[in-house]
Amino acid sequence: MSRMHRDRVKRHSRLRFAIQLAAAALSNGYAAGFAEKTIFTGRSKAVCLPVLNCYSCPAALGSCPIGAMQAVANGTRHSISFYVLGTLTLFGVIFGRLICGFLCPFGFVQDLLYKLPTPKLKVPRRADKLLRYLKYVILAVFVILLPALLSDRFGLGEPWFCKYICPAGTLEGGIPHILMNEKLRALAGALFWWKLGVLIAVLAASVFISRPFCRYLCPLGAFYSLFNRFSLYRMKVDDKKCIGCGKCDDCCPMAVDVRKDINCGECIRCGRCRAVCPANAIDRAGLTDSPAAERETT
Amino acid sequence: MKLTLMRTAAFLAGTAFVIIGVMRGEAGEVLEKAVRICLECIGIG
Ligand code: SF4
Ligand code: SF4
Repeated sequence: MSRMHRDRVKRHSRLRFAIQLAAAALSNGYAAGFAEKTIFTGRSKAVCLPVLNCYSCPAALGSCPIGAMQAVANGTRHSISFYVLGTLTLFGVIFGRLICGFLCPFGFVQDLLYKLPTPKLKVPRRADKLLRYLKYVILAVFVILLPALLSDRFGLGEPWFCKYICPAGTLEGGIPHILMNEKLRALAGALFWWKLGVLIAVLAASVFISRPFCRYLCPLGAFYSLFNRFSLYRMKVDDKKCIGCGKCDDCCPMAVDVRKDINCGECIRCGRCRAVCPANAIDRAGLTDSPAAERETT
Repeated sequence: MKLTLMRTAAFLAGTAFVIIGVMRGEAGEVLEKAVRICLECIGIG
């Protein structure tokens, strides 16, 4: 790799790190929540952030869309939230999974863990392909169907994903509150330990596998992935420039087959492939490039 | 052409959903939930 090229890769990774840090800090900008041992209660909490960020985090300034979707379905008035669905559709059609690559705090946490200098695991292709479907099952069953269909005698449901799976909730909400609040600590039982177990498993896996939660479990990533092929922000590979070195495939954190299908639902638009490509064959797609031309335009 | 069509459809649907949702009072429901510590989210149940 030439020096100029190395500098470009470094510049890209620094810039992305800065954006991820700023986005995490902005989503969780109410630092006083920790001092006050409570959560932010301002009106901005009516706004759904586009990222997986627990609204019970003491510092959260907005709402988590996945939590909000279930909260509306859990009530007695509506079984599906058009407000959340619409918000996510708008973000999805503009950015696709660029949000995962640059803005989501839980994605950022996984990226940081993967930087730890340990041997890394490559999930076998077949297993990887199968496991990717899991996030769609979680979206359909735990976020949409169970919260809408199962309710108690008062007509109230449960936020199934938040309650039984979400590791971001445990990390950003559960652990801080349990540490800060004695009464809550006394209430922590089997459910808390289960959720802590899920969190530890996800964090431990993130040290060895890049973005395991985003790849296999995240319902928000699953939703955005539906838009990746036609969102305004897409990528393209120029076959005429490509020298077939395979560096793009090797560096991809989501195990995307970069040269074959860069705009598949898994690509989080992190831009790493574009930065490492020695032939400058990878770029952002123009707004009017057709999906068929993504591999050969220019 | 197909691309523009899909984008336009998604834009229109997204905007319509947000408007319908706000008119049904869903933003208020989200706010109500988000300003209280969600015991399920933090693993208390
Ligand atoms: S897949 Fe989920 S957790 Fe991962 S970056 Fe996207 S929204 Fe965040
Ligand atoms: S294909 Fe490129 S932009 Fe997409 S996730 Fe992989 S490295 Fe990042």
